Order: sequence, then structure tokens, then C-alpha cells
Amino acid sequence: MKAFTRLKAGLAKTRNVLGQGLQLLRSSSAENRQELLDELEELLIQADVGIQTAGIIRDDVSAYFAVHPGATWDDVLGIVRASMVRMLSAVPPAEAAILPPIPPEVVLVIGVNGGGKTTTIGKLAYRHVQAGRRVLLGAADTFRAAAVEQLAIWADRVGADLLAQKSGADPASVAFDAVAAGRSRGNDVVILDTAGRLHTKVNLMQELLKIQRVVGKAHEGAPHEVLLVVDATMGQNAIAQARQFHQSLGITGIVVSKLDGTAKGGVVLPLARELGLPVRWLGVGEGLDDLEPFEAGAFVDALLSAD
Amino acid sequence: MFSSLAAKLDGILKKLQGHGKLDERTVDEALRELRLALLEADVNYRVVKDFVASIRPKALSEQVLASITPGHQVAWIVHQEMVRLLGGESAPIHWSGIDPMVIMLAGLQGSGKTTTAAKLALLLKRQQRRVLLVAADVYRPAAVAQLRTLSSQIGVDCDGGEGDPVAICSAAAVRARREVYDAVVLDTAGRLHIDSEMMEELARIVAAVSPKERLLVADGMTGQDAVKTAQEFHATLSLTGIILTKLDGDARGGAALSVRAVTGAPIKFVGVGEKLQDLEPFHPSRIASRILGMGDVLSLVEKARAQADEEKATEMQRRLRRGELGLSDFLDQLRQVKKMGSLEQLVSMIPGASKLGLADAQVDEGGLARMEAIILSMTKEERARPVLINGSRRKRIARGSGTTVQEVNRLLREFEAMQKMMKRVGGAKLGHRFPFGRLQ
Repeated sequence: MKAFTRLKAGLAKTRNVLGQGLQLLRSSSAENRQELLDELEELLIQADVGIQTAGIIRDDVSAYFAVHPGATWDDVLGIVRASMVRMLSAVPPAEAAILPPIPPEVVLVIGVNGGGKTTTIGKLAYRHVQAGRRVLLGAADTFRAAAVEQLAIWADRVGADLLAQKSGADPASVAFDAVAAGRSRGNDVVILDTAGRLHTKVNLMQELLKIQRVVGKAHEGAPHEVLLVVDATMGQNAIAQARQFHQSLGITGIVVSKLDGTAKGGVVLPLARELGLPVRWLGVGEGLDDLEPFEAGAFVDALLSAD
Repeated sequence: MFSSLAAKLDGILKKLQGHGKLDERTVDEALRELRLALLEADVNYRVVKDFVASIRPKALSEQVLASITPGHQVAWIVHQEMVRLLGGESAPIHWSGIDPMVIMLAGLQGSGKTTTAAKLALLLKRQQRRVLLVAADVYRPAAVAQLRTLSSQIGVDCDGGEGDPVAICSAAAVRARREVYDAVVLDTAGRLHIDSEMMEELARIVAAVSPKERLLVADGMTGQDAVKTAQEFHATLSLTGIILTKLDGDARGGAALSVRAVTGAPIKFVGVGEKLQDLEPFHPSRIASRILGMGDVLSLVEKARAQADEEKATEMQRRLRRGELGLSDFLDQLRQVKKMGSLEQLVSMIPGASKLGLADAQVDEGGLARMEAIILSMTKEERARPVLINGSRRKRIARGSGTTVQEVNRLLREFEAMQKMMKRVGGAKLGHRFPFGRLQ
């Protein structure tokens, strides 16, 4: 499975902490159950899984020990895996959003500063173009210097149309124009890039709401998908981010970016568990095709992989 | 910044201070809570372990337990340890020699290097230094265009752009010496710390221009991984400092506590906002106070002092005593506050802000601008004597300022309330009648 191998390569350093730690535990294990549980919890916390979620996984393993006193290390790993997969599968599967009756499908991409929105959009656009769809990118990040130029380069690279106004323009107006242009030019997908913003800035969240509202006026049911980009290196703050963005806009899916670093994306577990938001895509590199559809089993396998 | 962690720790320490006597169990319980609060704030696991371990023996010492206020003593110990963890003294950039000071910024993708480069350049420019910004990120699309735009916004020269990053930096260093710049800020491309080829490039830049300051730009919202990233960059660059970014959100700043602990490199600046002036020197003890909910009065006072106009303030005080304040004074006040920086930032410095529920207060910055617009749409006479403002004037003002009559009404009501309170404060002699004294 090519996709899985690449994901594992992206998550490579994970085994250094979680996977390798688990390996170490295996060789030292069985002596003292309590100690083993403590160490397991510690490893999980170091993988950004968060205290609560680590506690739940610990409890699952502990409960298993109670019923199966002679449990082997592989049993423990199995329980950890099952516990994680369950958390990730409790949310609706990450199927492609239902396509609107009249194209284009409008995708709004949001997130905090530096999370990887523009790069994700480039890769997402590439996937659509490869599948034979006509894509238009809307440069609604009019705040950050040269954000428009950055998106323009991506549009050029992947062969997508671009709608942009000059820097400093009203982002909602750019978004409206992009969707209107997508309709009249017969694009299948319109992807809107927005400026990065911290979820605590009231006025900037209102700006997003305005974009959402205005886009709905340009095209029935738009935006059909609201994707939140979450940086895999992010800690527990990612949950606060997702919660706030979700409350304001109603997120339909999450993209986890930068999984090619040493960060494990462990925060995806509490994200799924606490907010019930489906993860749709995983960013595993800077190449055009470094965007993988999310699959719970494969994700957890990569997360726990020890080799 | 740090507000939710502050609220947590404040609660823990308050509980401890409520005990007349401390025993081992109480202290251990508090330390356990402290440990969890720090972990939830993304402080690195090992750092937390060491931190708690360093506090325990001190908190359980004879001296503390036998004292009259053991709880306060423990709170003080926690504060001291936190200051130590954050690096003790603040660490400014050290200027030396006649050659231009070369400052290199490095970090992961999206940590905020380019924005920080411009912010740093602006900060140095305000210290009367001649700065050359250098765009050495030739990989990310439009990164160079971004830095060029920012540099023209702040009125600082910009160099570099195309070709080999090492050559770009060398050429810029030569130019800086020839044209007698005081400082050169190198904006390098974001890179993964496990990408050996890209890390090698950083090492070559260091070899070529030997930057005196090698600063890691790290995202303040980073999780447990912050430590590993910092270690790797430290191994390659032997960092002289760290700049933490995006601390204006509700990140609990765990990274701040961790990176300094594992690299030993001091945190030199923190990024606290979207505007280019939003970069601040880092003061460990003040931040520790802020984290522990003790507020940061020093920074607040400094900010006020930097912006306030001494004479105006005296004049204002005189008129305040007489109850002569008009809306133009209100406008002056608004502008003073705006000059001091974002309201959220200011609120976070107020002692006990987290307790008062102010820490997570959503401050509507746009509101200030609207208030300003409303006052500016009044005539001079109206500003001096707000009683003049009748219904039709209100309508005109609302139209002129692009607001609604309701908003104009609200502003006038608030102003009236303020005036009443001011008269009472102004009339009272200091230390005697407090405005709310009568309520009892």
C-alpha cells in the first residue's frame, strides 16, 4: 500500500517517541503493572494525546489487565490500537462531501497563522485537477503580505484558475467574486484561501462569518465544505482552536498538516473524541501529491509503528 | 497570553494558602494539580517532572512548614522556580564591535519567521539602528515578495531574493559592511529539523557570515514536539536565543517554559499580535508573575509611561477635579489607550485578571475605532457640552460616523456614567472617600 508507506514515512519519527517507547516498555515490562500503565500514559502524553485521552486509553488497558491477568505485550498494543481507532471512528467517516446539484462545489479553508492553509490548498487543488475537475482558487487572504502571489504560484503550478484582487481588498468581496466566477466559467470546484487568524480574535472571526454568509449568496448551499487546517506540531491548543472555529462557522472537516515532522499529530485523537469532527486529509510533505485521505486504522498503525 | 494557565495555577496556590498548616499530603496534592495544569498547557513532560521535583523538597522544608504562612511561602517558591525555568534575567541583544550585527532567524515552516524578521527590523529601527533585511527563503512561493512588501511598509532596506541562500547571505553581509548598516536580519526558509540537507544549509550560512545572534523562531502553540525541534536546531546552530510567536491567542505557553529549559538559550522576544509593532522583549520574572496570576504591573506602567504625555495628564487631572471633562478628553483617553497596544494585551497584565474573569474577555478592538468615529462626527461644541446632543443631532452623528443612533446613545450614556464617577473620585481627597465607600 503506497499511501500507507508514505504516511508512515511522514510519521517516521513517531516511532522514536511513542513507538520506540512502547518497544522499550515491552522489553522491560510484565514486572509491575502499575508502573507499566504509568509509563504508557507518559508516552501518550508526550505524543500530544492529552491528559484526558491518555487516561482513557490507560483505563482501557487497565480494565483488560483486570480480566486477563496473563495479558501479553501484544495484547496491550492491541488494546491501545483498538482504543485509538474507536475514538477516531466514532465520528462520521471522512467520505467526500455530498456534491451540490449545481457546480461548483465551494470549499472554504480556514485556520490559525502558519498552519499550512495555502500549501494544503495547492495540494488539494492538484488532487482535483488530477481527477479531471476544473478548479478555481480564490485568494481571500488579502491581509498577509504576498499571500496572493503565493496562491498564484500554486494555481500556476497545478493548473488551476485564480481569482484575486489586490492586497488589502475586502476578503468577502474576493470570495463572492471567486464563487461567481466559478459559476460562470463552469468550474467544478472553487477553493477559497483565507488569512490565518487566531481563534480568539473576535473581529477576525466575524470577518470569516461574513465570508461564509456572502459566499452563500453567490451560490446555493455554499460553502459546501469548511476545512480547518490543524498543524500536527500543535499541542492541546489545537482543541481550543477547533472548538472556537467550529462554534463560529461549523467545520465540516479537518486537515492535519505537517505530519512529515517529528510531531505525531497525537492531538487528532482528542480532537475527534471531544469535538466529533472528521479528519479528511493528512499533509505529509511539501510535494504536490503529499496529501493523503485520512483512514483511522492506517493512521493509528503509523502512529504506533515501531519499525 | 498564558491566561488559562494563570487561572489554573492561581486556583491551586490559593487553595494552598487557605491552609493554616501544611503537611506532606496537602503539598503533594497541590503539586499533582500543578503537574497536570502544566501538562495541559503543553509544557514538556520531562520539564514538568524536573520542575515539580525541584519544588517539592523546598516546599516541604522545616522552614516553610514551620512558618506562619506556609501557603504563601510555597507560592513564592513556585514563582522563584518558574523565573529560574524561564531564564532568570531578561536577555537583550548584545551590541558589540564595529561590524554590522548579523542576526539569523531559523525555524520550522509556519512558525512566523518572515513576519518576525520585519517586526524585529522595526524594533531595531526604532532604536535608531540602520537595518538591512535579507530574504534568504528561496523555496516557499512568494516568501521573498512577502518580506519585500513588509520591508517597504516599515521603511527598511531589503536585500536578497534569488539564487543560493548561502550566497545571498554572504553578499548581504558584505553590502552591510560596505554601506555601514548597524544590523542585518537574515530571514531563512522554514525547514524540518530532521531534514539533514536543509539543516546543513543553515550550518553553511553560519560558516559564511558567522551571525552573532542565531535565533530560533518557535510557535507558542507548539505541543510536546517543541523540545525536540529546539534541541535539533540548537545542535546545528548553537542558538543564542529564542523568539516565541503567536502568544496573543489563548495558547497556554507551555512551549515557552520548555524550550528555554532544554536548550539553555534565553527567550529574547515574544510576538504578541498581528501588527508589526507587536514584538516585545521577554522578561522572565514578569512573565512568571503573569503565569501565576500576579499580573504584570511593571510592563503596564512602562507602556503607559512610554506613551503618556506628562503635561496633558496633569492638565487632565486638574480638569477632572473640577468635573470639566468633555468628550474631547474622552477621545484623548481613547487614543492614549490605543497607542499602548491591544486591549487584550493590556488586560492580561492586570493583576488577578484571570480571577476577575477578564482573562478570556473578548475585547472588541473595532469598538474603539467606532467610538472614535462617533466622537469625531460631533462638532466641537457638542464635544464640550454633550447635553446639546438632541435626537436630530444624534441621527446626524450616527450617519456621519457610519454607526447607529443606539451606538451613539450608548457612548453618551457611558460617558455620563464616567463623568459622574470621576467627579466623585476627583472631589474626594486621596485615601479618604473611595467612590464605593458609601455602599457599605
